[in-house]
Amino acid sequence: MHNQPSQSELIAAVKQFIDETAKPQLQGHAAFHARVASNVLAILLRDLDARANNDADELTRLQELLDAPDVTDLETLNRSLCEAIQARELTASTPGLLGHLKATAVAQVEVDQPKYSGLRTAQSTR
Amino acid sequence: MTSEQDFNARLTQVFGQIFGEGTAEPEFRRLSGGASQETWAISDGSNQAILRRAPGGQAREQSSAAIDLNQEAVLIEAAGKEGVPVPKVLHVLREEDGLGQGFFMSKVEGETIARPILRDAQFATARSALPAQCGAALAQIHAVSLDRLTSLPHSDGLQQLERYEEIYRGFDAPRPIFELAMAWLKDNAPDPIGPVLVHGDFRLGNLMVDAQGLAAVLDWELAHIGDPREDISWICVNSWRFGQTENRVGGFGDLEPLLDAYAAGSGLQLAPQDIDWWEMLGSLKWGVMCMLMYEAFRSGSDPSVERAAIGRRVSETEIDLINLLEAAHA
Repeated sequence: MHNQPSQSELIAAVKQFIDETAKPQLQGHAAFHARVASNVLAILLRDLDARANNDADELTRLQELLDAPDVTDLETLNRSLCEAIQARELTASTPGLLGHLKATAVAQVEVDQPKYSGLRTAQSTR
Repeated sequence: MTSEQDFNARLTQVFGQIFGEGTAEPEFRRLSGGASQETWAISDGSNQAILRRAPGGQAREQSSAAIDLNQEAVLIEAAGKEGVPVPKVLHVLREEDGLGQGFFMSKVEGETIARPILRDAQFATARSALPAQCGAALAQIHAVSLDRLTSLPHSDGLQQLERYEEIYRGFDAPRPIFELAMAWLKDNAPDPIGPVLVHGDFRLGNLMVDAQGLAAVLDWELAHIGDPREDISWICVNSWRFGQTENRVGGFGDLEPLLDAYAAGSGLQLAPQDIDWWEMLGSLKWGVMCMLMYEAFRSGSDPSVERAAIGRRVSETEIDLINLLEAAHA
């Protein structure tokens, strides 16, 4: 398949259209939604960049934490993790659990809302 | 007459009844915000009022935790008698007013939007006064007699945890951080205090602030009977610090002066760590609420980009929960 323009290039072009052409002509509620739409595209661009690496890292950590080297599906592993936490097999005191959850949350917020204040707090206590 | 002309005529009539002879033809404008209730600003140049009205005048199904507007008017008056700064209820809508359910109240001048309150120089005095003012107001809210409030819903901390867990489980979208927070909250729950009248949404956005500080406590629709620490902690939840995370109370101040003023008014001396459990519950609740708002998009009931985007704010509460869990296990 052709990749010119790439997904990211196409999204960036739409984002630029919203920011520089559409939004200045809108008012009130529509202008607000244009700003949200632009933010959504910024999330999408970061997600495209980061997802493959983030998912691979999360998979490695989950396989280790749950001692499940053969399971390769993130959703399955996360469901197992949730069950283990509910059953108190894993708790906040379990070595590695908070570290894994924090690494996952940091990676997610860096994509979703990189300016969020809680991210600074998390990074300062790493 | 169109329904809009009808609405305008009825509004004008009630406005005239409230302010008496000599009122001019009022102008009204719909205020933004207040997603669940309509809020109108009404003025004839010299007299001003605010109308809070059920959407389209229809009292909604009581499926949510929110109370109805008649109850809200009763609460505002009861809180005012205890000394809480609140708008004055001018008129509760009656059947013959033809405007549905709601009430008129006085217009309190000031600012509700967090950003200017937290950043602008004109609110510097207000920011330093607000923690103690919030503590005093919360002590007064929590002192309101429950005798006349028998129809208000009850919910203490663990009951709220149960309710939000049920909503979360309904999504079948596993989030391990929420699981850990819920398990931790269950295993570390403090004994209940109270019950008292809880405002239920005490934070910037719902507080009218002027240059001197707290001018009015607004938006009582989530009021219920419960634990006083819920109100004190909600304004401490990091999402309600609006980026000024170093200031635990609302992004504007420290918790100690709030707790001291609260103790002076209520006789109950709480320590900052008494708020920790509740703050974690607050972050969890806000996270589940964000999931709920995203669900409105996913289900097709509100296909706006704003509802879609809020699904990507759930992770904010996840990182806050991790920070709080880490602090609890430091």
